[in-house]
Amino acid sequence: MAVFDYAASPRRPGHITVRSRFVALRVNYRVLLFALIASVLLLLLATYAMTLGSYSIPFSGVVKAVVGQGDPERLTVVRTLRLPRVICAILIGAALAMSGSIFQGLVRNPLVSPDVIGISEGAGLFAVFWIVTGFDLALLPAAAFAGAALTAMAIYVLTWKGGISPNRLILVGIGIGAMLRAGTNYLSVRYPVEQVRPAVVWQMGSIYGSDWGDVKLLTGLLLVIAPIAVALTWQLRALQLGDGVARSLGLPLERARLGLIVSACALAAVAVALAGPIGFVALMVPHIARMLAGPLSGSVMIFTGVLGALFLLGADMIAQHALPVSLPVGVVTGAVGAPYFLFLLYRANVRV
Amino acid sequence: MTSSDAPMGVVTIRGGKGSRRWLSVSRAAGLALLLAGVVLVALLSLGVGSLTISLGDVWDGLFHYDKSSYDQTVIRSLRLPRTIIGLAVGGGLAVAGATMQAVTRNPLAEPAILGVSSGASFAIVTAVYFLGLTTPSQYLWFSFAGALGAAMVVLFIASAGRGGPSPVKLALAGVVLSSLLGAWTSALILLDEQTLDVARFWLVGSVAGRGLDTFWVVAPFLVGGAIVCLFLGHQLNVLSLGDETAQALGMRTARIRLLCSILVVLITGAAVSVAGPIGFVGLATPHIVRAIVGPDYRWVLPYSLLVGAIFLTGADVVGRVVAKPSELQTGVVTALVGAPFLIYLARQRALAN
Repeated sequence: MAVFDYAASPRRPGHITVRSRFVALRVNYRVLLFALIASVLLLLLATYAMTLGSYSIPFSGVVKAVVGQGDPERLTVVRTLRLPRVICAILIGAALAMSGSIFQGLVRNPLVSPDVIGISEGAGLFAVFWIVTGFDLALLPAAAFAGAALTAMAIYVLTWKGGISPNRLILVGIGIGAMLRAGTNYLSVRYPVEQVRPAVVWQMGSIYGSDWGDVKLLTGLLLVIAPIAVALTWQLRALQLGDGVARSLGLPLERARLGLIVSACALAAVAVALAGPIGFVALMVPHIARMLAGPLSGSVMIFTGVLGALFLLGADMIAQHALPVSLPVGVVTGAVGAPYFLFLLYRANVRV
Repeated sequence: MTSSDAPMGVVTIRGGKGSRRWLSVSRAAGLALLLAGVVLVALLSLGVGSLTISLGDVWDGLFHYDKSSYDQTVIRSLRLPRTIIGLAVGGGLAVAGATMQAVTRNPLAEPAILGVSSGASFAIVTAVYFLGLTTPSQYLWFSFAGALGAAMVVLFIASAGRGGPSPVKLALAGVVLSSLLGAWTSALILLDEQTLDVARFWLVGSVAGRGLDTFWVVAPFLVGGAIVCLFLGHQLNVLSLGDETAQALGMRTARIRLLCSILVVLITGAAVSVAGPIGFVGLATPHIVRAIVGPDYRWVLPYSLLVGAIFLTGADVVGRVVAKPSELQTGVVTALVGAPFLIYLARQRALAN
């Protein structure tokens, strides 16, 4: 986190500068190459994921089925069951990772993510309410999305005091999160255990049973939000230099913060709405990305997204196939992520 | 850090000798007033609920128990245990919160924020799942162990590096450890509906439906720990001047800090195991008290004890009244009241830095 190369010389190894009449972009092609390699890996892993299951299909069979060839049975298994789930894992992983990356940059604290500052709790309260009271489950994502969005707004408004202070944002978020969790707890004792159980399952975060409707929704939303997030990364880099420097670079501070918060919250809300609060992806993946590719930039943001997709897809494969019972993917990300994260927390504090 | 960084711990002496005596008298009077408040809230807690019981029956139920009276049986078997537990847990948590805030010199230090409650929750759910325990007296020791372990991890991580445990470092370490333990807790709950059914009522935090027999097991830790803390006011005053000053004044800071931490874990471990994770009593009460009596811990601690008892028992009564005929659990009420308070604190002062 400590190294920012904003003011460095324009000719840096691994970068090319693209200029047009209105904008000049310095593109870090080394990191883009990383992202490309990661994408190829992702494609291979996704194909491999679709070979696994009680009805096993060879690698070549999966490739054929995806493009619409092969026997009808395989076609059904791959195209209606496995492919949507794999795509959902990829898109949700990417959204979570990018959202975490923006939050961490914005708050200038590597330990922050949508699940720490209460956004997942907001989605959780609404979703749990939706589930235990027996509303139409088809609209569950909409309810969860509304919860996340309202929570994000509340956090923003309550943090505002002539501006947004990153540390105040964390504390306010923690407070809001505690309140919402109390509400969720209340609902969980208010209703019979059979109704509460699916709500608890939802809260673990799972992409079981994703279908093409989910895929369409996710793709549509991410096609809008993700490019905006990548495009706003340069503002994030300027903000990371400190308010004074960012202002003297001509950045309208609060407008930039608002744009970043909105895009990060939107990414998190989309992911949480469809999959529930899958923990630790948003927290961990940005760290790994920074470790591999260096300080945040537009290219690193893209790389972070691909890495998040890889991570969640891998975690979902473990959750689905590694044990005799298939688990919600959140259990796996928690089990893998948490110890790593505690270590990270310790190291970050030592460095500060 | 110099003492000026810790406004909450600095002892200010206003005026001369006469005004100081007057201050002591008025503070003692305030204490008496609060004691009356405790009695009042206890009576409310005995009388109010889905069944309203007259003051006469409350009195008879306590002192001339007539087994044939339904109202008096309710008093004896349900309301009395609940009231005693509420008062003790509230007072204990508040004293523990005040002590922790002094020891860590951090206005946000609170058992729940530091992960103590979620450590206890995780330990208890583990015990319920693997060993099939069902009653609080059985899982008491697990709760203790979990509380101690989590507190140690959070303090260890937050105090790493220069500057010691700052508010944001502590809060983050606590929240992250809590969310980690929470993830594991819900994974266990998921595997088994029986565990979910036992655990969910405990996890929400409530003083209802606990028998006095459980309470007597934890009472020595809860009450004893709180009483010992009450006598540490002077030490906490010195400690809050900062380590260097305290050492220059001849205090063995490490020893006092260790003693206080052990007391806090004993108190909160006991409180959590009988009432579940009830948040924000330990955070909010000392702040409210400091606004009334100033930063002198010799007064902050006894005031916290009484205000905490009133806060928690009052929250319990409110929870019974607002959601009649069902009720809102105590932990829910304290979070709904306490979390806005945390946000208020975050917006005040330079806490966030």
